[in-house]
Amino acid sequence: MNEHLLSMHDVTADDVVRILDTAESFREVGTRVIKKVPALRGRTVVNLFFENSTRTRISFELAAKRLSADVINFSSSGSSVSKGESLKDTALTLQAMGADAIVIRHSSSGSPYQLTKWVRGHVLNAGDGTHEHPTQALLDLYTMRERLGRLEGLHVAIVGDVLHSRVARSLSFGLVKMGAEVTLVGPATLIPPDAPAWGVQVSHDVDAVLPKLDVCYLLRVQTERQRLEYFPSVREYSRLFGLNRARVDLLPEGSLIMHPGPMNRGVEIDSDVADLPQSVIEDQVTNGIAVRMALLYLLLGGRAAEQQEGA
Amino acid sequence: MAGPELLFRGARVVDPAGGRDAVADVLVRDGVVAGVGPDAGSASAEVIDADGLVLAPGLVDVHTHLREPGFEHKETVETGTRAAAAGGYTAVAPMANTDPIADDASVIAEVRAAAARADLADVFPVGAITQGLEGETLAEIGAMVAAGVRVFSDDGRCVPTARILRNALTYARAFDDVVIAEHCEDASLSIGQQMHEGIVSYSLGLAGQPSAAEDAIVFRDLEVARLTGGRLHVCHLSTAGSVELVRRAKADGVRVTAEVTPHHLTFTDEDLRTYDTNRKVNPPLRSAEDRDALRAGIADGTIDVIATDHAPHAVEEKEAEFDRAPHGTIGLETALAVALTELVVPGHVDLPRAIEALSTTPARLLGARDHGGPIEPGRPANLVVFDPAEPWAVEPPFVSKSRNSAFIGRTLTGRVRYTVRRGELTVSEGKATR
Amino acid sequence: MSRILGPDDVRRALARIAHEIVEREPTDGLLLVGIADRGDHLALRLATEIARIEAVDVPVGVLDITFYRDDIGLTAEAPEVHETRIPVDVSGRTVVLVDDVLFTGRTIRAAMDALMDLGRPRRIRLAVLVDRGHRELPIRADFVGKNVPTSRGDDVRVMVSEVDGEDGAVVEDGTETRTLRGVGS
Repeated sequence: MNEHLLSMHDVTADDVVRILDTAESFREVGTRVIKKVPALRGRTVVNLFFENSTRTRISFELAAKRLSADVINFSSSGSSVSKGESLKDTALTLQAMGADAIVIRHSSSGSPYQLTKWVRGHVLNAGDGTHEHPTQALLDLYTMRERLGRLEGLHVAIVGDVLHSRVARSLSFGLVKMGAEVTLVGPATLIPPDAPAWGVQVSHDVDAVLPKLDVCYLLRVQTERQRLEYFPSVREYSRLFGLNRARVDLLPEGSLIMHPGPMNRGVEIDSDVADLPQSVIEDQVTNGIAVRMALLYLLLGGRAAEQQEGA
Repeated sequence: MAGPELLFRGARVVDPAGGRDAVADVLVRDGVVAGVGPDAGSASAEVIDADGLVLAPGLVDVHTHLREPGFEHKETVETGTRAAAAGGYTAVAPMANTDPIADDASVIAEVRAAAARADLADVFPVGAITQGLEGETLAEIGAMVAAGVRVFSDDGRCVPTARILRNALTYARAFDDVVIAEHCEDASLSIGQQMHEGIVSYSLGLAGQPSAAEDAIVFRDLEVARLTGGRLHVCHLSTAGSVELVRRAKADGVRVTAEVTPHHLTFTDEDLRTYDTNRKVNPPLRSAEDRDALRAGIADGTIDVIATDHAPHAVEEKEAEFDRAPHGTIGLETALAVALTELVVPGHVDLPRAIEALSTTPARLLGARDHGGPIEPGRPANLVVFDPAEPWAVEPPFVSKSRNSAFIGRTLTGRVRYTVRRGELTVSEGKATR
Repeated sequence: MSRILGPDDVRRALARIAHEIVEREPTDGLLLVGIADRGDHLALRLATEIARIEAVDVPVGVLDITFYRDDIGLTAEAPEVHETRIPVDVSGRTVVLVDDVLFTGRTIRAAMDALMDLGRPRRIRLAVLVDRGHRELPIRADFVGKNVPTSRGDDVRVMVSEVDGEDGAVVEDGTETRTLRGVGS
């Protein structure tokens, strides 16, 4: 595996299999009384979160602690960053603290790439702007493989605001890499025009796509004003693309409903649908810790890159 | 300041204005060219062996940013003209988007004075078209013309309405040889733009600017130029569409000239996949088809000049998140080498055409009569002597105060050895003399 | 490369170890735990043999010790991970760890730490097919198939038919290069 995990393009199909298989073992660790192994004892993992995200941060924090690593949490609201300290200065400070790995979530696309220029440790992208969110995609791939037994040949639709979704990008790249068939569904204004270059199909008719699916993956649709420039109203979006009971009945038996969270109940998904057994949204949370443990283990479990070169 | 007597022996003299491309000796004395040809020798001259080197008129940049007054942490007239000399330039035209903006004769005079103190290159300040670059009221073009300004531009911004542009082009017709230079960009299609809009920008999660943002305004401006009969110059073309529009307008007799930057001749949007902020420029780096059309445009003369749009920014400004970094790359020190590497060596244009685009035509555009050749006895000695084949790796530090070069990490072909300005060496053996 | 055990040797050794376990340990509360990724097959065979001689079904589990290794971060890539599956609680039990080769003792040290995180065994015993000496930690086997003197740099490999197609053990003249599996045996 590469030194960093910044994008789904950083891993091969074989790497993905390895990550998912390793995550299996970590899931088993999660069922033990002592949910901890000493694998990364003495290592320091820094969570550098510039965007509020309790869910993802806790997931990474638990993952690192269950590997016996030391964890430093650095979130933007309580730090010098909000006072105007630059990303670079923050990075250099963390490096001085001896960070072996830095998990970064930032609202600017590409920030993890900038970080790799300034720090020596491994960098994990926990979501950068509208670019990618590879750990989310990997945990989603894990959930799909676990529930459906395979990834190759699956028919997956990603529904919603693809244009602004880093999860949609990472998941599309990952699924195509593993041989699945991906269809992006949403209003024409929310799907990048050249998307077929990613190896995916595009559709604006969700009812036509649902009957063929193994997985219906819903994206959160933001309802803030600037997003409303892309579609006329929440009501129209919900009517055309929202997953309601009637649409769930169009899905084949055994298919999955997934959502990266947090959900906009009543917009992209109706409340009663979100709680159906087909919906694996809770699983996605549990699997997240195992997958993130696997990633930290695989990245930090080998000799540090600089040692390798000199060795 | 005249400098010592210099004899450049055995250079290939490439002088499109003088119709020469041949090996010759060139003698420089008392600030002017004293002789060209096999009999140019002088017993008292310092002889510089120029065998294998090219001697050409000093380069002239019609579009550069010297940042003074107001942004001296990025560049000053002194450091900027020193960088220009290092790149083989003897004349540069700094844009008006300083602080205060160069929209009246006093700021123009201040820039000129700084240039005279530095005494490294001739500086032809560009005046603003509208007051404060606000795009509403014309600036005092007449007063600035009297102060020697020939080119006016709101560069950095686009003139927001056709009506204002029409007034500017028409008003400027009263003055001889005044050119209105436009930065063509539809702001509404360009909101928050970080790069060219296309599959790469979608993949990278960065807001993009479609080619239409430039094409639409180039079309608008050409129509206004046609309507008014005024002289229009289109800055930093970046799209295949713009090149074609300019080509057709010229065929129709519209009085338009066009420029392209070295970085647009080199890079595409694919070169942004590492989120290198030094390649974040406006207009953005576009597709391979656009780049190829720009190269063809230089080759067939549709694009008249290569201009650097040298845009220095301080290190801490560029070493930031991609969407927080300002747009721009420096370019004075690499322009000649890029032209050689990307145009001449691959055979898109020959060396005389490259020199024409870097020196002869820009000098004429600026009305810089002492520059651009012809290289003949009696004319001021503004020259560049370079090795057309020397490879070098582009790495900081630079002569410029800033180091935001899109070319860092690339190997270029062609290196300046001597720059002569009014008979005095500003660069000798590849190094600044002061 | 020379063969130190053939298929019959393996069969007899496992039969003898099974008898020794039954002689020395009460079958009540016994748990066999094989260390992935060959020890678990050996553990299953021992359980089958014990069932044959004592008519008692001893539970068998597999333990992956990768996360407890002492060389994480020292090898080029993170060591490969296997499965841990132990069907009963280890607390209060007599756990017999089963491995193919006992070498430096580091694997067994890791296995004991892993077991301790899973519960509190009453006692831990160790059964190995081959003991090749060169201990780096104070660890010894309670049940040994065969003692094989080797040089430090030699490579000793056990094959089991479930994985390798045949039963046996071979020793290869050493290079200093350690495979991932080889380190810490």
